[in-house]
Amino acid sequence: MSQPSISKSMTIGESGLAVVFAVTAFLCVIASAKALDAPFAFHAALSAAASVASVFFIVNRYFERPAALPPQEINGRPNYNMGPIKFASFMAMFWGIAGFLVGLIIASQLAWPALNFDLPWISFGRLRPLHTSAVIFAFGGNVLIATSFYVVQKSCRARLAGDLAPWFVVLGYNFFILIAGTGYLLGVTQSKEYAEPEWYADLWLTIVWVVYLLVFLATIFKRKEPHIFVANWFYLAFIVTIAVLHLGNNPALPVSVFGSKSYVAWGGIQDAMFQWWYGHNAVGFFLTAGFLAIMYYFIPKRAERPIYSYRLSIIHFWALIFLYIWAGPHHLHYTALPDWTQTLGMTFSIMLWMPSWGGMINGLMTLSGAWDKLRTDPVLRMLVVSVAFYGMSTFEGPMMSIKVVNSLSHYTDWTIGHVHSGALGWVGFVSFGALYCLVPWAWNRKGLYSLKLVNWHFWVATLGIVLYISAMWVSGILQGLMWRAYTSLGFLEYSFIETVEAMHPFYIIRAAGGGLFLIGSLIMAYNLWMTVRVGEQEVQMPVALQPAE
Amino acid sequence: MSFWTRHQVFEKNSIILIVGILLVVAVGGLVEITPLFYLKSTIEKVDGVRPYTPLELAGRNVYVREGCYLCHSQMVRPLRDEVERYGHFSLAAESMYDHPFQWGSKRTGPDLARVGAKYSDDWHVTHLTNPRAIVPQSVMPGYPFLGKAEVDPDAIAGDMRALRTVGVPYSDEQLANAAADLKAQADPDNAGTDAFTKRYAKAVVRNFDGKTGTPTEMDALVAYLQMLGTLVDFKIYNEKANLR
Repeated sequence: MSQPSISKSMTIGESGLAVVFAVTAFLCVIASAKALDAPFAFHAALSAAASVASVFFIVNRYFERPAALPPQEINGRPNYNMGPIKFASFMAMFWGIAGFLVGLIIASQLAWPALNFDLPWISFGRLRPLHTSAVIFAFGGNVLIATSFYVVQKSCRARLAGDLAPWFVVLGYNFFILIAGTGYLLGVTQSKEYAEPEWYADLWLTIVWVVYLLVFLATIFKRKEPHIFVANWFYLAFIVTIAVLHLGNNPALPVSVFGSKSYVAWGGIQDAMFQWWYGHNAVGFFLTAGFLAIMYYFIPKRAERPIYSYRLSIIHFWALIFLYIWAGPHHLHYTALPDWTQTLGMTFSIMLWMPSWGGMINGLMTLSGAWDKLRTDPVLRMLVVSVAFYGMSTFEGPMMSIKVVNSLSHYTDWTIGHVHSGALGWVGFVSFGALYCLVPWAWNRKGLYSLKLVNWHFWVATLGIVLYISAMWVSGILQGLMWRAYTSLGFLEYSFIETVEAMHPFYIIRAAGGGLFLIGSLIMAYNLWMTVRVGEQEVQMPVALQPAE
Repeated sequence: MSFWTRHQVFEKNSIILIVGILLVVAVGGLVEITPLFYLKSTIEKVDGVRPYTPLELAGRNVYVREGCYLCHSQMVRPLRDEVERYGHFSLAAESMYDHPFQWGSKRTGPDLARVGAKYSDDWHVTHLTNPRAIVPQSVMPGYPFLGKAEVDPDAIAGDMRALRTVGVPYSDEQLANAAADLKAQADPDNAGTDAFTKRYAKAVVRNFDGKTGTPTEMDALVAYLQMLGTLVDFKIYNEKANLR
């Protein structure tokens, strides 16, 4: 069967990348030797090891593979590339559990501070960025990369562009997570919320992200469908805008190229505005646009119904991305930021309610004619409940952006509760639902190992979310009111520490809620693991497809 | 041709779609951020705000490293209860040399924008080492390791040089004497203290951690905390002049 006419040789990509990694390994060894601080030496050594491993991986892969690269099509059907998707799905589950676990630890530290153990590496201030980065960028990021690579192939009916490039994206991205996460534990941080990684991690992420964009775009170029599917608009907006935000917020000057410390170019008020322009749109474009893409593909697929309204999705898309970018200043109400900026931020945040709910309606109404499936399909239920949580959070958000409301809610746990109703309810559930769909599809299984376990996951996690967010609402509003309470004689009624003490029971309830959410994810991991291990192979039926026009 | 048919140009051409996305997301940021760099009213004109001393900067770096901002804001809002609890509301000028800003977004602990000179050095050292020794209900982590870690006086000039490049007005003299100034601020017996206080107005010279020898991270952090919010004299600050 082999074709002897094709002589085997390395592609330009293989040889070029191998050389680049060999040079990188050499440079990293030098950097490690000349490092000014221990964490930088560690990271340089880690990068050197990863570069050597990459060279080995590329060369070994070359010797293992047949002479010809994988074909674009087999028997007239696109030859989809599932390898990087499987890897990113696995890493999503891994980082998800790690991130939820660290969340549980820091929640417990707030209830029982002795759990900080007076050690630098595991004190709250270092673990908290580890938690947020692990759940947002590691868990969420891997879900987005896995699903985007799947959706763009399927909806374009084309094999993922590039041979090594998709692997570079998934492996490079997870290496960024590793550098960022170990950095936090070692005290390497910019202390800009959700943008903590230092300059070298930021540079590496930029390279990975550009390749991600190119792979995604090149796959769209190859599409057999004349139209770009709506989910891909959202993925594109997510990828492009995150690049812009990352570059805008992070320009920094390293003290030395052999040290981890850098100083961000922006200072004071400008840094604050850049930071929350970035920070809020990490929510808007990473945690919203990207996951809305998931909604627009996975809910119609799972419900086997078309998207409710194509026109609504057009309005939803443009209105959402236009309005979101303005909303940052609502994180800076009543601060030294000029009033005009605060007012603009508040105004646009309130307007943002409309496209958000437009998107929610589009997602929910897709169920028209298939609502009965909610009773029988817990995966679809998870997806739909995630959209309901999305609707709730996107009402709560505009409300909290109103200055008078914000004067009470800001600096309190209400913000934490709001974030988690979005993060656990919306992002978490839509990701779980997508992974429950994606794993059987990518591994070519007939279905999940157990729908009953999905049901258990759903209810355990939902209970966890309810405990979490209601505890945070109560503690947040309680603390906000206590701070501003006056006695009849006109003195402040409570000292600060009395308001801290009042939080204790709610911190325990919150930790319990987080624990339930973690248990749910463990049930999920077992279910997915068994799906891959013992699930029945699906037999592919050849179908002739017509492009939709 | 209807609006919906026209929209197909985006749906069928990925480059046009990307350009469209970039234009649409650029507007908000341009309108909200760029004016902050040139509108004169953005940052008040205030006397007293100066760059951090070498020791304070080293302390600020500890503050940044340990992620203190995750529980402590440095931004007093102009609300009655906050002004009474913490002091005068924060001015933009007070953090104009902060790279990065540390205004924070959560008050698990109290605001620190005006914590300077509120407690004794001894209070801070004991509290940082074991918060519950002073405040039994506190949920703050203990930082006993700060007292054991020495600050490298020779490294701080590099930090100050980087800050000068990004816009903090350190003078050549301040850069040249960085290491000496760092040691002088934590040692009242040091011969260089007079020269140091001339270089940094209102800087306080004290043995912050109460121990002799090379300054520790505890010295540095306490020096930083003790200067927070103390640079502007609000007895002579004219609010009317800065109405905006």
